[in-house]
Amino acid sequence: MEVFLQQLINGITLGSIYGLIAIGYTMVFGIIGMVNFAHGDVFMVSAFIALIAFLILTTWLGISSIALALFIVLIVAMLFTSLVNWVIERLAYRPLRGSFRLAPLISAIGMSIFLSNFVQVAQGPRNKSTPPMVQGEFVIFTQNDYAVTLSFKQLIIWGVTAVLLACFWYLVAKTRLGRAQRACEQDQKMAALVGVDVDRTISMTFVIAAALAAVAGTMYLMYYGVVSFSDGFVPGVKAFTAAVLGGIGSLPGAVIGGLLIGLIETMWSAYFSIDYKDVAAFSVLAITLIFLPQGLFGRPDVEKV
Amino acid sequence: MAVEGQRLDLPRALREAGVTALIAFGLFLPLIGLQTVTDIRNDLILETRWLLLFAITAIVGAGRLAFSLGFEPWFRQRTLRPVAATPPAWRGLVAKWFVPFAIGFVIAYPPIVIALNGFGGSVKWIDNFGIQILIYVMLGWGLNIVVGLAGLLDLGYVAFYAVGAYSYALLAKSFGFSFWILLPMAGTLASFWGILLGFPVLRLRGDYLAIVTLAFGEIIRIVIINWVDLTSGYAGISGIPRPTFFGIPFNANDDGFAAVFGLEFSPLYRVIFLYYLILALALLTAFVTVRLRRLPVGRAWEALREDEIACRSLGINTTNTKLTAFAMGAMFAGFAGSFFAARQGFISPESFTFLESATILSIVVLGGMGSQIGVAIAAIVMIGGTEIMRELDFLKQIFGPTFDPTQYRMLLFGFAMVLIMIWRPRGLIATRTPSVFLKERKSISVDLVKEGHG
Repeated sequence: MEVFLQQLINGITLGSIYGLIAIGYTMVFGIIGMVNFAHGDVFMVSAFIALIAFLILTTWLGISSIALALFIVLIVAMLFTSLVNWVIERLAYRPLRGSFRLAPLISAIGMSIFLSNFVQVAQGPRNKSTPPMVQGEFVIFTQNDYAVTLSFKQLIIWGVTAVLLACFWYLVAKTRLGRAQRACEQDQKMAALVGVDVDRTISMTFVIAAALAAVAGTMYLMYYGVVSFSDGFVPGVKAFTAAVLGGIGSLPGAVIGGLLIGLIETMWSAYFSIDYKDVAAFSVLAITLIFLPQGLFGRPDVEKV
Repeated sequence: MAVEGQRLDLPRALREAGVTALIAFGLFLPLIGLQTVTDIRNDLILETRWLLLFAITAIVGAGRLAFSLGFEPWFRQRTLRPVAATPPAWRGLVAKWFVPFAIGFVIAYPPIVIALNGFGGSVKWIDNFGIQILIYVMLGWGLNIVVGLAGLLDLGYVAFYAVGAYSYALLAKSFGFSFWILLPMAGTLASFWGILLGFPVLRLRGDYLAIVTLAFGEIIRIVIINWVDLTSGYAGISGIPRPTFFGIPFNANDDGFAAVFGLEFSPLYRVIFLYYLILALALLTAFVTVRLRRLPVGRAWEALREDEIACRSLGINTTNTKLTAFAMGAMFAGFAGSFFAARQGFISPESFTFLESATILSIVVLGGMGSQIGVAIAAIVMIGGTEIMRELDFLKQIFGPTFDPTQYRMLLFGFAMVLIMIWRPRGLIATRTPSVFLKERKSISVDLVKEGHG
């Protein structure tokens, strides 16, 4: 019971990070029907930007308030990562819009290889570890000498994720941009006819996806305290699994899928085998796609002749 | 007139170059301008590289300026020129003689290299360039059956390559079977796995199929890593028996190849033997593919690629068609895998990462899906291009002794993938000749052929 509770807390934390990345996959897929393979690497780049921003604040400017530092790091990471993804969309995906279906996928795979190797060359191949940014924890209860704890880090991740999801929901549901986005998702030609700037809307989708990935990247860095150039691939695939599980194209589905994947992974590690935890996530991906291709909340894909 | 006016629009070009440089500055500011390094006390600190940052920004800005002043007007004029109605005569001549010439060249390649470099310097050229490229040509042709002919996007192809390599390594080490017995066995085992993994994904199409095959590829790799009793995990399997020349080993002993044929011992003989072996395997793959395309099953593959629903309503058994494609593709990957294990003498999970699958798939797509020649050219460009990065020692004299060109191999590889996709989304060879035709043979642009859903 106590182990289960602890794993539940850990799983929700991990799941929040996956959920934030998964929104990026699901939004981009929804609007241009492409699996943005490089999204995991954009997440990794954002973690590096967050690391660099954190080092500037603490070692150069000597800011001692961790809360303030984290807040600034988050904003900086979101800004720069958005710029990165905006440029990627302009250079690598926009020229291929309307081309045959595999072209953007191959381009995205190339971008993914490019990004991880770029970071390797620019920042070095070694793991970058930071001193713990946030310490301390609440002990919820103790049973059989096993303390179930909720660390401040986890609490911050829950809080930040919840706040950002609320902002994001407002953006998509209530603003002009969100309306344009939903219109483009349904029919790009029609949307263009009624005066929606399709190119700009797609660009903004990539920017929002990157901003959410940057939040995930900052949280990932704060939670684990270490990041390396190869950290984009596996979280990327897991977040994609989350998006598929929730039903690709569905925004609440991505968040719930993320939480489920986080929980499955931590429970699997706790009760079965930690070596095979990636196998668990990958199997969920395969099983979902085979038996439930529309996911939990997705629309069924109707085959038209 | 409008074209002339736009060409001289210097302020606009300057403004665009300035904006591009500004974006590049913002883009590279955190990751190139600042570097995280570990100091003596093992703490992370930041180092600045402002000079490099400004240099790169300036290069990007200048590149954009050159693009809008030089390339864009040229490109616009080129598109305005009417296209010649019939292609020039030399094209037909090249198309006719290219394949015999290319096969002649690859057969003559080792003697040519030895004539140019002498006996000692040739190992590198035959091994790193010849064998390495041919392995990828073979893998590309094998995957071409799955992706190019049947239109099933497979991102986990490396799994079958791994199955072939591990079958050869384990069976050869445990039971002492020879390479020639294990080669067909590895192919059979790999095609068995192809069918096994093909079954659950029969319903999937397009991107989804790609992602599930990716997941399968990763699962097989993780199992190889963690099943230490069988595969010794990350440590890999070493001391894998090398192939022999019909029972004569390539070593310096009295019964070795050199001694039997009365030659002076040299490691080059083994390399040359391996070169012709992989060449024969690759040509076998190509030959089988060309012949299969004319059989009912090959036509069914191509029909499946063009339209699965139409294919099914014509009474083609899509299940069998898909599974045969997976099995054939996997079989050639199994051959290539067992060759790889025999050539290296050592295999570990590191050789079978997702990056390999992505490389093979990109070779197929960049070459032009379905085109055998295109795939071969793409393999030469991509693999030869990255191998040649190892040879660029003169760059050290320009950028200083710490500059290591091999670091940039995959960086440029990824970049090249994006660039080639933008330049030619349909791949290098973007026309294809239908396998079956009425009355006259003519090539059609791939743009006219709708890609299959799968």
